[in-house]
Amino acid sequence: MAGIKVFGHAASTATRRVLLTLHEKNLDFELVHVELKDGEHKKEPFLSRNPFGKVPAFEDGDLKLFESRAITQYIAHRYEEQGTNLLPADSKNISHYAIMAIGMEVEAHHFDPVASKLAWEQVFKLFYGMTTDQAVVEEEEAKLAAVLDVYEARLKEFKYLAGETFTLTDLHHIPVIQYLLGTPTKKLFDERPRVSEWVEEITNRPASQKILQ
Amino acid sequence: MAAIKVFGHPASAPTMRVVLTLHEKNLDFEFVHVDLMGGEHKKEAFLARNPFGQVPAFEDGDLKLFESRAITQYIAHRYEGQGTNLLPADSKNIAHYAIMAIGMQVEAHQFEPVAAKLVSEHVFKPKKGSTTDQAVVAEEEAKLAKVLDVYEARLKEFKYLAGDTFTLTDLHHIPAIQYLLGTPSKRLFTERPRVNEWVAEITKRPASQKILQ
Repeated sequence: MAGIKVFGHAASTATRRVLLTLHEKNLDFELVHVELKDGEHKKEPFLSRNPFGKVPAFEDGDLKLFESRAITQYIAHRYEEQGTNLLPADSKNISHYAIMAIGMEVEAHHFDPVASKLAWEQVFKLFYGMTTDQAVVEEEEAKLAAVLDVYEARLKEFKYLAGETFTLTDLHHIPVIQYLLGTPTKKLFDERPRVSEWVEEITNRPASQKILQ
Repeated sequence: MAAIKVFGHPASAPTMRVVLTLHEKNLDFEFVHVDLMGGEHKKEAFLARNPFGQVPAFEDGDLKLFESRAITQYIAHRYEGQGTNLLPADSKNIAHYAIMAIGMQVEAHQFEPVAAKLVSEHVFKPKKGSTTDQAVVAEEEAKLAKVLDVYEARLKEFKYLAGDTFTLTDLHHIPAIQYLLGTPSKRLFTERPRVNEWVAEITKRPASQKILQ
């Protein structure tokens, strides 16, 4: 049986962040479905895996983890030698690692909160029979535009966010971007040439295609 | 001249997160004051250091960084051999590192957003002449109580959040906690015995005392 298990939901962006990483590394794993609409994530036994009651949780043999970005970093280090390298080319170089770390913080604090609100309003609320609040969409799109302007400048200098190679920094963005590409918010990515190329690159990757199935 | 420079503000918790780390490591550095009231952080010279216009920014020789948690991790690794060890005792153990990484994600995503709102209501709003919104305080205190219940359970098992030694995970909490101890929200910490002990431990450290001066 797989040593690696992911406890989550195939549609959850945080769960997908972990699934993407496992696919990039060609790792076998079992996805254990957590029924969010029944509140399974807020009850035992899930709370023993993540006391904050959020998907995903993760197991690799005896090691139990939660928080998607801690999990992806664990996988990238533990399986550094196989599949795609998701760390900087010279991963022991502390300065290069710090540059990637900045990008991971930026995704978590500047990009994701805004992008997730837009995905919630335009995609997930509809699953639950609720309606999109266009005022919120406008407000959040203005913030996303400001963030993507910074990304555009960055990507004029470098092929990917942390440098010349694809890393965790880029990967962490993919699940929510995939959702936003199916909404009017897509225009914010399309109208910035380097961002648009970067989005195309990262969403065309085989692993990125796999999580959509 | 110090090779290490911090560009920030003494009232900014993220700035203090970095300063704390430098003190723990007994590192010399220059503190360059950024005039937040005058909007210096939104103007060009500073934006060249952090395009998101937030303090702190950081320099170590030629290396320029921003995002406080990327900076603290850089310092902890780059200067691993000196001062307090802020990484797990066996820092090359990928599983132990992952446990610390979970704690850093929890601080960033579960603790800090709530703590920052409470600090804003109790401390910064009165300073700017507006009134504390008690409804917001009540709402955020309810969320903080839930987070601290998880911390209480964790700290019953371990002396510190990531295990038996003080690490970056604990350190990242200190500046916001120091603010909250001067507000009515202090009781949420004092009414939980292990959390109370942990707060006393981490705030009495010499480095933690230094940042209050």
